[in-house]
Amino acid sequence: MLTISRELHDKIVAHARADHPDEACGVIAGPAGSDRPERFIAMANAERSPTFYRFDSAEQFRVWRDMDDNDEEPIVIYHSHTATDAYPSRTDISYASEPQAHYVLVSTRDGNETEFRSYRIEEGKVTEEPVSVVE
Amino acid sequence: MAIEVRIPTILRTYTDGAKQVEGAGSTLDELFDDLDQRHGGLRARLVDEKGLRRFVNVYLNDEDVRFLSGLETPVKDGDTVTVLPAVAGGDR
Repeated sequence: MLTISRELHDKIVAHARADHPDEACGVIAGPAGSDRPERFIAMANAERSPTFYRFDSAEQFRVWRDMDDNDEEPIVIYHSHTATDAYPSRTDISYASEPQAHYVLVSTRDGNETEFRSYRIEEGKVTEEPVSVVE
Repeated sequence: MAIEVRIPTILRTYTDGAKQVEGAGSTLDELFDDLDQRHGGLRARLVDEKGLRRFVNVYLNDEDVRFLSGLETPVKDGDTVTVLPAVAGGDR
């Protein structure tokens, strides 16, 4: 299960809405091994595309180094789908390589309702998990 | 002195869990060959017949080697090579 604060949940949704119709992406870091998402980092989508996202490699280097220096790890890796549902695509699955991370997908295809779902992706196997938003 | 190589979580199965290993070589290609001697299978996760795999980012010090000379990038003792999983995807 992913347990996430209302504030962080709302930041992901706001980022996805702001970048719509392009895909938005980012990370929430937390203490290594804690499974607690704490530090929100919106990342640039180097592709600036409605159908693809990729972290900018230079930005990712700095963010990963900072996490390492702070004894943090990526607890949540999120991105948005802007025309399809919030389910990992084949491309998403082929790239997923942080087995400890919660892969959050949001869909902004509906102008009012934002779908917000979370998955574990390990060795190509996708397992959806419940999301608990805490106030 | 040697070249320090930082390994991401997903590839630490090849390094007995080590976060950091050391290697030698005058190019990235040679360095990966050298690492593969002691960490069998690691090279194939970084490189395929077309060059660097698209699933990984490799940095020399803090530069993405795709913007340098890829596998032919010169490396020397005292350098740090960092491997990170590329984070990407899309809705197709």
